[in-house]
Amino acid sequence: MMRLKDLSLKYKVPLRVAVLVIVTAIVLTATLIYRGIDDLRNNLIDNAEKMGRVIANTLVEPMLHDDVWRSFEIINTPFRVSAQHTPDQEAGYILILNVSNNVYASTQPDRFPMLKNPAAIDPRYTELLKALPDFQSSLTAVFDPDKSDDLFLLIPIQSEQLRIGTLVMSYPKSPFTSRFYRLAKDAVLITLLVLIVLLPLSIYWGQKMAAPLLQLSDAMSNITPNLPESGEIMLEESNDEIGKLGKSFKSMIAELKEKENLQHQVIASDRLAAIGRLAAGIAHEINNPLGGMLNSISTYKRHGTQDPFAQKTFSILERGLTQIKETVAALLVEAKSRTRPFDQNDIEDICTLMHAGVRAKHVNFTRENDIIDTQALPSTLVRQVIINLLLNAIRETQEYGHVHLRVHRDRENFVIDVSNTGSYIPPEKVAYLFEPFTTLNDSGSGLGLWVIYQITQQMGGLITVQSEPDETRFIVQLPLQEDRRS
Amino acid sequence: MINLNSMIHILLLLVVLPFASVLHAVEQPAKPPIRIGLTPVFLEYQATFVKDWRGYMENRLKRPVIFIQRGSYREIVDLLRERKLDFAWLCGYPYVRNKKHFRLVAVPLYQGEPLYRSYLIVPSSDKQTRSLADLRWKIFAFSDPDSNSGHLYTEYLLAKQEQSPSTFFSRTFFTWSHHKVVEAVASGLAQGGSVDGYVWDTLALSHPELTSQTRIVNKSPQFGHPPFVASTATPKQDITAMQQVLFRMMHDEEGSRLLNRLNLDGFVYGSDRLFDSIEEMARFVEKSKNDAPQRP
Repeated sequence: MMRLKDLSLKYKVPLRVAVLVIVTAIVLTATLIYRGIDDLRNNLIDNAEKMGRVIANTLVEPMLHDDVWRSFEIINTPFRVSAQHTPDQEAGYILILNVSNNVYASTQPDRFPMLKNPAAIDPRYTELLKALPDFQSSLTAVFDPDKSDDLFLLIPIQSEQLRIGTLVMSYPKSPFTSRFYRLAKDAVLITLLVLIVLLPLSIYWGQKMAAPLLQLSDAMSNITPNLPESGEIMLEESNDEIGKLGKSFKSMIAELKEKENLQHQVIASDRLAAIGRLAAGIAHEINNPLGGMLNSISTYKRHGTQDPFAQKTFSILERGLTQIKETVAALLVEAKSRTRPFDQNDIEDICTLMHAGVRAKHVNFTRENDIIDTQALPSTLVRQVIINLLLNAIRETQEYGHVHLRVHRDRENFVIDVSNTGSYIPPEKVAYLFEPFTTLNDSGSGLGLWVIYQITQQMGGLITVQSEPDETRFIVQLPLQEDRRS
Repeated sequence: MINLNSMIHILLLLVVLPFASVLHAVEQPAKPPIRIGLTPVFLEYQATFVKDWRGYMENRLKRPVIFIQRGSYREIVDLLRERKLDFAWLCGYPYVRNKKHFRLVAVPLYQGEPLYRSYLIVPSSDKQTRSLADLRWKIFAFSDPDSNSGHLYTEYLLAKQEQSPSTFFSRTFFTWSHHKVVEAVASGLAQGGSVDGYVWDTLALSHPELTSQTRIVNKSPQFGHPPFVASTATPKQDITAMQQVLFRMMHDEEGSRLLNRLNLDGFVYGSDRLFDSIEEMARFVEKSKNDAPQRP
């Protein structure tokens, strides 16, 4: 079963507005009806008493003269007027009781004939006559019997402070009920009108309030398995509570993202470091017996028998072992060799070396060189890095593609920036890019980037890869060694 | 006790009169106004009719005319006896009782005769009552103690059975006008009533919704219609002049219109004999009252 708590704000807000409107309407209506009916009753009693007093005073003389007709005409006057104007409206009646509380005259002679005891006609009069003020009193008594449709006013008719009769004015309560229904009907109508206006508004508000929360909850449920990019989180911008929540959520995602990237980088560099150590270890282990084997072959070639078959076999062995040695040497990048510092001429040399590849593939090769003086960097290693980057770029770019080399310095680093058109590297492959024997196509050895990475790593530098569908860029930052020395 | 309507009329007259008097004073400065007392023997008891009739009479008599109305017949009778009135339109009953002091001037012509009847009416809801006898111990409405049709006739019928209204009915009351007897019976306040037949008939023409709430149980034999009388002190020539005016009413257009409003055919010279039956009844009732044992 669905609980109210589980309802969407889209429904909760309009429901609450409706409940609020209805409760307000009920409270207001009840108050107004109570006040209205109370006022009506007080007004009626007030007016009736005033009229009754006038009638009672006027009745004194005819009653003293026992003039029934005059008395009847006097009490009948208000009914004549009202009967002409609203003949179907129940206007109540007036009764004159004589001293012995029998009917002297009434405006409804058919119901209350002269001389009859009213209690015999209407049982309510038994109670009513008990409510009569005492003989000397000139006070008006209001008699409102329970479960009765009428309200009675008892006004003494007095001559010389002595009661000669009683004026009984009966008023039906039906105007109260009709007033009640009229007020209640109006209230219901107005409430409905207000609801008709407010409900669509509150539905709109509900949606407006729920929408950012739904967006937020959608965004939150989307953070697994992969954190969304900050651009992917569609949240409404505002400074209210929900807006603040969204902002905090965004910054949380950004922090998580950063942490995740960092973690990826750490993992990648840890792995590369482990691979590097493993490769170096293996290389050292291989190098020692390899050196012995190559020495033995060389010794045998020089001093052994001149058996052509053996010569041929040893040559094959020597070539194979040499290839192993080269591969191992490539894996075992040594950055310790001290050579002359890198200068402008090195760049010229590199460009000359690239010439053949560039021409063969009709590549548009451009360069930008901000270096004039010599740099405190070993030229051999830097040359190898640049050559490897340019070879990769020329190989990966399409025919008539564009390769750009930029060499410059920033505050602390020597920066090599190589970009080429095409050859998009998907992000998931970037993590493994610098591992040995990782190739994006079949033509490479899979060691070029490994070497670059090892050199950069050993020189304390940083490699950044930016790959977009139409351009791939490698930026290598190498800290200048003169800073380290000082 | 003064009827409010009468008061208003008198006030109205007092306001209008000075102008009228001044007007006539210029023409005939010597002549004092003719004073005529009116009683509810006729229906058109309204200020507009009285004003029109006064204008008509002033034109014919060449004298100012004052109509005076009072709440009961007795007050008009007293005024006439005290010579504070010159003429009065009365019921036949007070006329026969004051024959010595009054002089018959004219009798109205109703349905071609100078006669009318008394009706015994009950509320239309009462389907049982067939005669006066059925109204024993009921509440009964009379018009005026000095009215023939509205009191004397019923009193006479009861006296013939050695009864009186106070012993026969449980309660009686006077409404001081025939019109109001019809109202009292129609409203159910009274369970029966005596009313001038001419007034009831006229009312049936103008207010059928009122008369339809009543039912005529009995119609009396014909009596002399309430006459126009003069005081014995009224000068002969004034009486003659008044007679000329009244008799000629049916012959001129304006007079006919006024008569039409009264539902009368005209005024004629009436004989005293017309009122003999009323006199007889009055005598009988008087005698039976004196004969009746004194109430404890």
